[in-house]
Amino acid sequence: MSKTSRTIVTMPATAKKGEILEIRIIVQHDMESGFRHTETGQRVPRDIIRDFACTYNGVEVFRVELHPAMGANPLIIFTTVATDTGTLEFKWSGDNGYASSTTSTLTVT
Amino acid sequence: MPPSIYTFQRNALSQTDEASRSNKMPRVNSTNWVGQVFLSCLLGFLAPLGTLLPHKALSQVDPVGVERQSSYMLMSPDTKAMQDEPLLNPATFAVLDGQLLWQELAGKKNQSCASCHGDASVSMKGVAASFPKVNAAGQLLNLEGRINECRTQHQAAPAFTFESKPLLALTAFVSNQSKGMPITVERTTANETALASGERLFNQRMGQLNLSCAQCHAERSGQKLAGNPIPQAHPTAYPIYRLEWQAVGSLERRLRNCMAGVRAEPYAFGSNEFLELELFLAWRARAMPLESPGVRP
Repeated sequence: MSKTSRTIVTMPATAKKGEILEIRIIVQHDMESGFRHTETGQRVPRDIIRDFACTYNGVEVFRVELHPAMGANPLIIFTTVATDTGTLEFKWSGDNGYASSTTSTLTVT
Repeated sequence: MPPSIYTFQRNALSQTDEASRSNKMPRVNSTNWVGQVFLSCLLGFLAPLGTLLPHKALSQVDPVGVERQSSYMLMSPDTKAMQDEPLLNPATFAVLDGQLLWQELAGKKNQSCASCHGDASVSMKGVAASFPKVNAAGQLLNLEGRINECRTQHQAAPAFTFESKPLLALTAFVSNQSKGMPITVERTTANETALASGERLFNQRMGQLNLSCAQCHAERSGQKLAGNPIPQAHPTAYPIYRLEWQAVGSLERRLRNCMAGVRAEPYAFGSNEFLELELFLAWRARAMPLESPGVRP
């Protein structure tokens, strides 16, 4: 079973060469820790995003490993240096076949 | 977002309401700061004796008019930024889900919300600000109740369960259309009985701790409870994304939190008591702008 969800990327569309870009990225996910129990005492199985990576023109520039202590709808803010015009690809993967990806284009002048 | 959305004019309140309120609950003159400082020092010394003092001596009064404040004002700059910027607000996901549900055909009549109500940004503008409301059948409904009424009567679909994701998503989407608009709940002949019951419930002591809503949220608002400032309990941002919950939740869920906190048995979701209390809270926050969907710590 493959699951996916909404993502929102906030980053500039254009930048000067060498400029530091701030990228904010939020993804919709309950991040069920696996430590909770239902009212009847059943353990709720873990269901979290395990991995997030950003590639810039095919080169990995940022990677995060996520763990059960991360909150729901994880918001990740990171920076990278604008080098060339091209595409940034963001990919999440997680438990139960979770996979999301989105891309943004950046014009470097 | 400009700060103006969280400030409001005293004249936005109707004169009669305010007059009746100030007669009932005379307020310490806020310009008399010397008196206030003296009073707070006195209260500080006497706090351990609090239980021995008559109720009147400790109590402040319910904030009215411009002295009312959204609990937004008590939040950290980070949390404020999270609410103000839709691209950072986790409740945006609920709003977007609600936008899809608005268009989704449902029930035996195969109707969507949009089939009757059309463009929500037009038809739902200001609607959330007028709830809870008494319907034609004389039944008090909050926004969730109104959405479920539409579902069962006009779509012939099963009602959403309380706190279910689709119900919260639709509520968030509809409330979002009234963002920045003042709450328009007023005392009317249709709702005055329910409003009076709501006010009674607000002042009703309950639970093993034997506390009323008013004792914390009216008389001691702005003071600290376990290190956190006590808000004035104005329901201006529901449904909220509460960081503690890691999810979007309704006002009733929040009220159940407080009831569990004073070790009372919480009322059931959708119960009359909650609806009356919600009506009173909305009336108490009348003219304050809606912030839905809010983020709270």
